[in-house]
Amino acid sequence: MAIFSVYVVNKAGGLIYQLDSYAPRAEAEKTFSYPLDLLLKLHDERVLVAFGQRDGIRVGHAVLAINGVDVNGKYTADGKEVLEYLGNPANYPVSIRFGRPRLTSNEKLMLASMFHSLFAIGSQLSPEQGSSGIEMLETDTFKLHCFQTLTGIKFVVLADPRQAGIDSLLRKIYEIYSDFALKNPFYSLEMPIRTFPHGGQPSPCARPLRNQRAAKTGTVELQEKTMLTRPTRSNPEEKSQRALIWSDSTPLTNLLMA
Amino acid sequence: MSRQANRGTESKKMSSELFTLTYGALVTQLCKDYENDEDVNKQLDKMGYNIGVRLIEDFLARSNVGRCHDFRETADVIAKVAFKMYLGITPSITNWSPAGDEFSLILENNPLVDFVELPDNHSSLIYSNLLCGVLRGALEMVQMAVEAKFVQDTLKGDGVTEIRMRFIRRIEDNLPAGEE
Repeated sequence: MAIFSVYVVNKAGGLIYQLDSYAPRAEAEKTFSYPLDLLLKLHDERVLVAFGQRDGIRVGHAVLAINGVDVNGKYTADGKEVLEYLGNPANYPVSIRFGRPRLTSNEKLMLASMFHSLFAIGSQLSPEQGSSGIEMLETDTFKLHCFQTLTGIKFVVLADPRQAGIDSLLRKIYEIYSDFALKNPFYSLEMPIRTFPHGGQPSPCARPLRNQRAAKTGTVELQEKTMLTRPTRSNPEEKSQRALIWSDSTPLTNLLMA
Repeated sequence: MSRQANRGTESKKMSSELFTLTYGALVTQLCKDYENDEDVNKQLDKMGYNIGVRLIEDFLARSNVGRCHDFRETADVIAKVAFKMYLGITPSITNWSPAGDEFSLILENNPLVDFVELPDNHSSLIYSNLLCGVLRGALEMVQMAVEAKFVQDTLKGDGVTEIRMRFIRRIEDNLPAGEE
């Protein structure tokens, strides 16, 4: 199913849930020996290629993984600083994966609240009175579908432009939200939805469902991919940002996996 | 929380007795915890409100009803869809005020009070006051301020149970964009 991302935005425009389920296509992995023939620079807490475009590696691409270990910001998953690590001849040969930098949690928060405003502007621009806000936004590579409930919560789905049945998916997500977020007595309204309330223990209802679904539909591989795209926990600063919106295993994950 | 994701609008079978008994246990515990009935009523209303603000999403997600354009439509949806869905009863709507901002829901058979007899020392207890809170909370989330109160109760010897609903105002501040 070509669903790329799901966002849930609360009444005030805050992002309360986000899920990505795609592997970026434009990625290049290459093994390098010392000295590195690319110029890397630190920009906006990320290590970007500044000079030396070659073999599918483009200026502006970020370092995504080193020797198969994910990179998060300027640190690797095991806590080493990327530039320092690559500056040390002892670490070579090294295999580095480059790609378009992914959105950070904070960028997602920002973009979600911007979309919230655009939605409102959309309805104000309308020549007719009583128009809804933006329900769909089309680009070459994806379509953004937005469903606003009567109470003002927005469910946003990014999907393949040819993907059908998004309307029913949005309704379904609304049902899941009302079941699994709102019926959890410890969930407070308008707050980020987390399904790992107690230090990484998945809620009892999420896990059997997840395993059962995966076993039934044979989507384990896809699940692993999603895990790879997840930010890692090494950097404490990133971790706290992450805690704002990331949740690892939710009914929604199950839905998208199914 | 063990709710299966593919539940549709059809309600799942569950024991109504267990539900009635659970509610009874809740009210009696409140009666033990609070000195006077007024406080219990207030507490029930507060609990109902907290249920209502969450329940409305469940209701909207499953019932596919759109926005109501007047209070009469709202009354219909409450009686015929909401009560049917959550309590399995369909109260009748009567006693409209001339201005159309007040009506009564008549519950012939209130499932909350199936086994209940109100003792003498709790004469001012409004046993099912939770329902008023639920209605108030749910409607508040769809930008309608209402007042809901019991005016007749079978527990107190009346023939029927009557909830009086009064429309106060539309909460314009909370209106989401594109819903004017």
